[in-house]
Amino acid sequence: MKTYRMHLMLCAGTGCVSNGSYRIQAALERELAKHSLQEEVAVVMTGCNGFCAQGPIMTVQPDGIFYQLLTDEDIPHLVEEHFLKGRPVQRLMYTPPAGKAPVPKMSDIGFFQKQRLIALRNRGLIDPEKIEESIGRGGYRAWAKALTSMSREEIVQEIKASGLRGRGGAGFPTGLKWELTAKQPGHEKCIVCNGDEGDPGAFMDRSIVESDPHSVLEGMLIGAKAIGASHGFVYIRQEYPLALERLNLALGQARDYGLLGTNILDTGFDFDISVHRGAGAFVCGEETSLIGSLEGRPPEPRIRPPFPAESGIWGKPTCINNVETWATVPEIIDRGAAWFSQIGTQTSKGTKVFSLVGKVKNTGLVEVPMGITLREMVYDIGGGIQGDRKFKAVQTGGPSGGCIPASLLDLPIDYERLAGAGSIMGSGGMIVLDEDTCMVDLARYFLEFLRDESCGKCTACREGVDAMYQIVTDICAGKGQDTHIPLLEELGQAVRDGSLCALGGTAPNPVLSTLRYFREEYEAHIREHRCPAGVCKALITYRIDPEKCKACLLCNKNCPRGAIAGEKKKPQKIAQEKCVKCGVCRDVCKFEAVTVQ
Amino acid sequence: MSLREGAGHAKVTVHMGTCGIAAGARSIMRAVIRCMDDPAAKDVLVTTSGCAGLCSREPMMTVEIAGQAPVKYVDLTEDKVKRIFAEHVSQGKIVADCALAIGSEQTL
Repeated sequence: MKTYRMHLMLCAGTGCVSNGSYRIQAALERELAKHSLQEEVAVVMTGCNGFCAQGPIMTVQPDGIFYQLLTDEDIPHLVEEHFLKGRPVQRLMYTPPAGKAPVPKMSDIGFFQKQRLIALRNRGLIDPEKIEESIGRGGYRAWAKALTSMSREEIVQEIKASGLRGRGGAGFPTGLKWELTAKQPGHEKCIVCNGDEGDPGAFMDRSIVESDPHSVLEGMLIGAKAIGASHGFVYIRQEYPLALERLNLALGQARDYGLLGTNILDTGFDFDISVHRGAGAFVCGEETSLIGSLEGRPPEPRIRPPFPAESGIWGKPTCINNVETWATVPEIIDRGAAWFSQIGTQTSKGTKVFSLVGKVKNTGLVEVPMGITLREMVYDIGGGIQGDRKFKAVQTGGPSGGCIPASLLDLPIDYERLAGAGSIMGSGGMIVLDEDTCMVDLARYFLEFLRDESCGKCTACREGVDAMYQIVTDICAGKGQDTHIPLLEELGQAVRDGSLCALGGTAPNPVLSTLRYFREEYEAHIREHRCPAGVCKALITYRIDPEKCKACLLCNKNCPRGAIAGEKKKPQKIAQEKCVKCGVCRDVCKFEAVTVQ
Repeated sequence: MSLREGAGHAKVTVHMGTCGIAAGARSIMRAVIRCMDDPAAKDVLVTTSGCAGLCSREPMMTVEIAGQAPVKYVDLTEDKVKRIFAEHVSQGKIVADCALAIGSEQTL
């Protein structure tokens, strides 16, 4: 690599690209050329850094200075001040929500401080489109080690000893899965990388593939040797164009380097990978559906056993792991199972990537050691709740996860503890909810998603989820009855018991967990026709407090239905028959005179 | 790649205030970067900073070997940069005749 004195690591993950990071790149290159700095300072486009809310972001190395929310207009000043004269620009740095002074260094920012990167070890540090940069940071070292100095059994043993569990959600021990597949008779076996990330708001897999596709390929290569597979598939969503592009680029480069294909590194080992673009249904992430989709059939789950390890794609023994699981494998082989298993909790080892979204100040993608508490996630990494509202709950595990209330904020996160609290780890979605969220409405939202995404094969899931959706919709509309709560609980149990796959098995979770922790909200909807969070339109009324109203007429002018009337200099009134409960009046009022009941 | 870890055995700071640039700090920087191409000079971080205050002795640079006090060099030329790299950065021997002082001003 050519020598530069400074590397500008500009984020080119999907989030930052939509915020214009390629425009920033052009502006940087233009300004650097203007000062003849193009031979001294390199602009490197990296994968997602995780701090998507503050994008476009850029880290300046070697000093580790972190810039955020960059615009084209900032660039001339930034180039002259920092990159020419060496004076970092404070105005473009991150200022923590509670702090006053900007924090120059990435490593000092709370959002990054508590993270420990294993699956995302190269994020923001390499250009994902150049295999040389991956190799420069230790990429394919574990593959060379596994290929030349470890037996198949030793690799499986190492993964088993590490305690790694499937990161796709179910948490099945990875080493055991490998062992089962490796033991199957027959010389033709397959491995699959599951990148069908269907949870709304989850983007762990996309981010890994975008920021370091080689880590996934390397993990698959190691797995291929351990299992004795000759072919691998990456099943990835069609909706991830950038990830697809970088994955294909990485595959081509790995083949050119002789790391993938026939006679790999002159050892006689053959293995190749093909990319299969997803069919777009949520249920495709379920492994037996995914196999169907790969074979060209409709994605419908089937009865297990036989497990994919026994009979998978076209009847061949198949090992399916999630993107994050594959990306973690090389680090375990490189550093050893003992190193990996010292991170995390008794039952859940290593780290987990979460997409932290919702009402927290710092949203983004974070990788943390297992056993971190929800409080640390929400307050230290997330920076607390937006607008300093009150924390209400965390929804984990995607649409079929559950809600964990404030009383369990100190719960350490691992597979067992989340399940014990009525939720799931899932693929790692984490939605933070504040006091303005109605839990009944939230359950309705997720049921609607699951109702649409149910493949329809099992009656319990197809009809049961729909029935639950109708009941919860009725409750939100003020038509709830006392019998509804026991009925929901009964239906939930039936759907859980009567479904083949995990979609149906976990579909009642949004209702059951909110009933468990927020039953009083359901009761308020049903008995008092009241929505405590002020969300369900059928149950709320907007009023103007005549004591607080200063008669500024702002609400009067902004009401889209002309429902607010009143004389000048007199308190205003809302005509309830015209009001559509859009909430504009409350948003524009500067005196908090508009109340919701 | 070590550049992106933000750690190295030596750190070279070229002072790039207006006075430094006027006195030729840009060509000094280019000479520094050429020296870094030498494999012996790996693990060296090069950064810039503003005016060091001693404008009459520019171009200036500061060499910091990990764990040792920084050394300020003044009145630099490209040949002096080559010597400083060969002797101080690579072998840890201070080039006394180009050096101004060891250490830095006190800061809060």
